[in-house]
Amino acid sequence: MRERSDSACDVVLPDALLRLFPQAKRRLTVSAADVGGLIDALDERWPGMGACLRDSRPAVRKHISIMIDGERAVLETPIASGTTVYVLTAVSGG
Amino acid sequence: MAKRVILLIGTKKGTFIAESDEARQEWSLKGPFCDAWPINHVIGDAATGTIYAAGGNEWFGPSVWKSADLGETWTRSGNGFNYAEGEDPVKSAWSLAKSHGRLHVGVEPAGLFVSGDDGENFEHVESLRAHPSRETWVPGAGGLILHSIVPHPDDPNELWVAISTAGVFHTADGGKTFDARNKGTRAGFMPEGMQYPETGQCVHCIVMAAGRPDRLYQQNHTGMYRCDDGGEQWVSIEEGLPSEFGFPAAAHPHDADTVYFIPLNGAIEGRFVPDGKAAVWRSRDAGATWSALRNGLPQENAFFGVLRQAMATDNLDQAGIYFGTNTGTLYGSRDEGDNWDVIGQHLPVIHSAETMVIDA
Repeated sequence: MRERSDSACDVVLPDALLRLFPQAKRRLTVSAADVGGLIDALDERWPGMGACLRDSRPAVRKHISIMIDGERAVLETPIASGTTVYVLTAVSGG
Repeated sequence: MAKRVILLIGTKKGTFIAESDEARQEWSLKGPFCDAWPINHVIGDAATGTIYAAGGNEWFGPSVWKSADLGETWTRSGNGFNYAEGEDPVKSAWSLAKSHGRLHVGVEPAGLFVSGDDGENFEHVESLRAHPSRETWVPGAGGLILHSIVPHPDDPNELWVAISTAGVFHTADGGKTFDARNKGTRAGFMPEGMQYPETGQCVHCIVMAAGRPDRLYQQNHTGMYRCDDGGEQWVSIEEGLPSEFGFPAAAHPHDADTVYFIPLNGAIEGRFVPDGKAAVWRSRDAGATWSALRNGLPQENAFFGVLRQAMATDNLDQAGIYFGTNTGTLYGSRDEGDNWDVIGQHLPVIHSAETMVIDA
């Protein structure tokens, strides 16, 4: 498998996640090669955030959507330089 | 010294905290806490005054919340709730027990975790899911959950857990190994001739009798039971009760012979209090005979249930008994169940009730 290199992207975090990490920023720039690396980078800045977005299978949590270029991404989805990554909470509840 | 009686309530929409003095006549209520997450169990450590709340939401997974100031501020940790890669991940934290300096957490899908650093990080107790019966564990209506954790009060190596639907398991070596403790309990939903398996019983709740670690009481999907030998052999104590079905059990804080159940009308009849009339049933002779406690409880058109972790006692000399309904009403008795009052109502679905009594 070809090793990917990091690319800088903008990340937008959801309100529900910001409630758990009040010191986190709603919008920030992160360098990562893929979505898994992006979650690692977020967890490094705000320990515990990674477990909120990625479960132990490992996979993006079932009710979290990480959107890149209008598509729902998985951990292996590569990140292109200059793209915007949206982390969304699913419209679930009751 | 005067006491503060703290009632800890886990609901579908967060943690609530009720407080009274020793008279337990006037109660204040505050909440919701824990960001209104679904909270399955809330406990308090009277030695430190710390409150722990177990839950999980669909977005961010399992968590244990902690407050050292009676709910004013909270921290949250989901660190370490990991199964092996490829397995279904931990969905939610379901049950808590603090003992011997450790915090145990039961989760869905059923498993046991332990924290040695007061709820900051959690480690999987892998031996339980390594039990040979594991492949036969199946979810009940509430999921495949580890809902009861009963530590031995004196021996830090001894612990009982209960899983729906798998049964009761016991460790005597600090969690290195677990053995099944289900003899005498019925799996009434199985075909004739297969109703007393080694595992697979749908146990709903187990509690320990006061001052007798070998005596446990059990509410099962089919029957109420007692054991006097740490679960080696259970005996039925349901004769005299209106049904074999219910969820919670509560042990009296001082008398090992006194126990409380809330029988419901049945597993496939709506799971309401029988005949629309609410009652807590008390035995003062270890389950030989039963009395219905109804004073102050609704006696017509009551169509609620009480979930498995939603009944508790306090530890005052005249024990207080408390339960919360799945319709959001919280009841309390300050005279061991003889009379009942409404402590709170219009709450979310109540999942759990526990108490913590601290110095005022």
